Amino acid sequence: MKNMIKPLLLALSGVTVALVTAGASAQTKVTITVASFPDLDRGVKAAIPLYQKLHPEVEIKLASLAYPDHHTAMTTALATGANLPDVMAVDNDFIGKFAESGGLEDLSKAPYNAMQYRSKVAKFSYPQAMSGTGALNAMPVDIGPGAMFYRKDLTDKAGVTEADLTKSWESYIEAGKKVKAATGAYMLGNAVDIKDIYIRSGLKDGEGIYFDKKGQPLVTSARFAKAFELAKAARTAGIDGKIGAWSNEWTEGFKRDRIASQMMGAWLNGHLTNWLAKESAGKWRSAQLPNNSFGYWGGSFYAIPKKAQNKAAAWEFIKFLTLNKEMQLEAFRKLDAFPSLIEAQNDAFLDQPIEYLGGQKARQQWKVAADKIQAIAVDKYDPVARDVVNAELEKVLEQNKDIKTALADAQATLKKRVRR
Amino acid sequence: MSEPLTPEARTAAPTEPRHKRTNLRTRLRGWVPYLFISPFFVIFLVFGLFPLLFSVYLSFHRWEPAAGLAAMNWVGFENYVYIVLNDDWFHKSLYNTGWMAIVSGVPQHLVALPLAFFLHMAFKRWRNAVVGAYFLPFITSSVAISLVFSTLFSRDYGVINASIAALHELPVFSWFLPAQNIDWGQPQYTKWMISFVVFWRYVGWNTVLYLSAMQTIPKDLFEAATMDGATRWQQFRHVVLPLLRPMIFFAVTLTIIGNLQLFEEPFILTGGTGGIDQAGKTAAMHMYATAFVDGDFGTASAVAWLLFMLIAAVTWLNNKLLGQKEDKA
Repeated sequence: MKNMIKPLLLALSGVTVALVTAGASAQTKVTITVASFPDLDRGVKAAIPLYQKLHPEVEIKLASLAYPDHHTAMTTALATGANLPDVMAVDNDFIGKFAESGGLEDLSKAPYNAMQYRSKVAKFSYPQAMSGTGALNAMPVDIGPGAMFYRKDLTDKAGVTEADLTKSWESYIEAGKKVKAATGAYMLGNAVDIKDIYIRSGLKDGEGIYFDKKGQPLVTSARFAKAFELAKAARTAGIDGKIGAWSNEWTEGFKRDRIASQMMGAWLNGHLTNWLAKESAGKWRSAQLPNNSFGYWGGSFYAIPKKAQNKAAAWEFIKFLTLNKEMQLEAFRKLDAFPSLIEAQNDAFLDQPIEYLGGQKARQQWKVAADKIQAIAVDKYDPVARDVVNAELEKVLEQNKDIKTALADAQATLKKRVRR
Repeated sequence: MSEPLTPEARTAAPTEPRHKRTNLRTRLRGWVPYLFISPFFVIFLVFGLFPLLFSVYLSFHRWEPAAGLAAMNWVGFENYVYIVLNDDWFHKSLYNTGWMAIVSGVPQHLVALPLAFFLHMAFKRWRNAVVGAYFLPFITSSVAISLVFSTLFSRDYGVINASIAALHELPVFSWFLPAQNIDWGQPQYTKWMISFVVFWRYVGWNTVLYLSAMQTIPKDLFEAATMDGATRWQQFRHVVLPLLRPMIFFAVTLTIIGNLQLFEEPFILTGGTGGIDQAGKTAAMHMYATAFVDGDFGTASAVAWLLFMLIAAVTWLNNKLLGQKEDKA
């Protein structure tokens, strides 16, 4: 028995030494968690090995959930202060709500001082992540400059030029009639798209889509009236398919050559190429939106929760994702995520022709759009307003409700619903 | 200093140390059952009771969750008053829920009862296979079902419109079937479409309930009825129906609760919006949207409790109509 004690003690001391040294190295090693959603997480996955070469002391754990689940999980985490990641990805649709919540670090303040980078990124992207009090709650990582994708083969068949499509909304609707007559294809998936662009364009810097600075609804303004009129004109002309984006009908519509144009963020190019309309390679083109309109669809952000554990390391990693030219270009190449960083927007990659779009150098066109997009103030009640306005527009389109009455009803409903 | 012994321990323990051991064991034995059943209570407290009480508490607050727990503002009954008096969308969704609960619920039972009787009488050997076929929709994921039906009801590419178009080619059908594809997303069709899917899904479940109840009816009764010259219809009317009353009460109660909480089918079929003019939006969908789109968890909790009260009231009414008669009988 005595003989056994010595080796046992030796082994024990060995284990102790190993534990102590491991503990010491663990102390210097920082682990940060990043919460994200597909496809944005692919950018993080690409960044991890590159970042760890530069910072071997940092370990990055990525937790990814489906798009709605991620934002629900983040809402719950912010509510309870539990299970918060160090770096939180936030999509454009949620940024207004999260920015107003007060649960995120104000990156404009020390030690982040992120306002110094404002001139480095697309000018409309910072205000999207700013709360009413002027706090910057997230860093933009990609932006979605609006573009009109159209089927060149179908418009050619109808004798319609690109200028006909983009000159004005009226000419776009006229062109749609010709395309419908010649090819049977709908000019656009849903007339609601026109309304969505019109209410976003022509805004002055700092103006909100649905609310003014005092939080008063703007939905009875001339901007909304015109948007509704145009949507109604498109529906009456029979050029829209009454199809909701991302529905079965929509994807089938692309596959069966039934949709001649689609207005969305430039990132739609990736979806068209990869799955929506793989077979129509070379037939699609990109153009600016009609009537010199410029607007954005989507965009992604990274934020640091106030109760995060490793804020300093999280901020360094966010800077790497958002302000490093190579990383921004990598995401552009891999996910068609248009870079928010101007330095990346000036790269020669933007001059490369896109085979899917018939060799068009469309990325330059999207950059032009990105430069012209105005900064729009976001409001935490924007999603409520969107639902209220869409509900009234449906009544106008489907039940011939008078536009003026519909907008007045929308305003009244909105006031009731937000209970400010 | 020694702890008091239970009578059993005293008799079973001749020496002092043995006393102590037995005492400890006895005391532990008293706790062991609680230890074994504790997982249920722990889980129930954490995932059942706590959320329940928290949502009551929440319904008296205005709270945007992303702002953290500190951002809860006490508003008393304001949320309830707002919903009852001012929330037009809730009123509309409640109307839709009631409409679809009746239109999808009543036929479920009107079809399931005779169907179960038919299966009970007609199928001897293959009964289980047939019952399985009817039961299949019930155990299939409602998301999968809704996606399949939204594809079937697709305006341009759906099988239903394609079938109507094919029938339209035939001479007789062309008189009353439309030449154009039907847009099932129009408000006048939305509720019918959802009700049909819900009916299709749960009719098998009710059939199985009724069939299992019928199997408990003694064969002698049927034989006696046959001897007395009762027809199948008379057997169904005078033997089966009265004896099935408790099961009818149970099945109808389940349908009432399920239909008033209807969520998945309308949510998927209308793309989460309730469709044009919110024609297919249910109260549960409204509650979800209030919480997760509007970010107003307080009002959403109040909607949940109002819905609960409504379900309780309707179930009570159902008990009055169907349940109590059985007691008297």
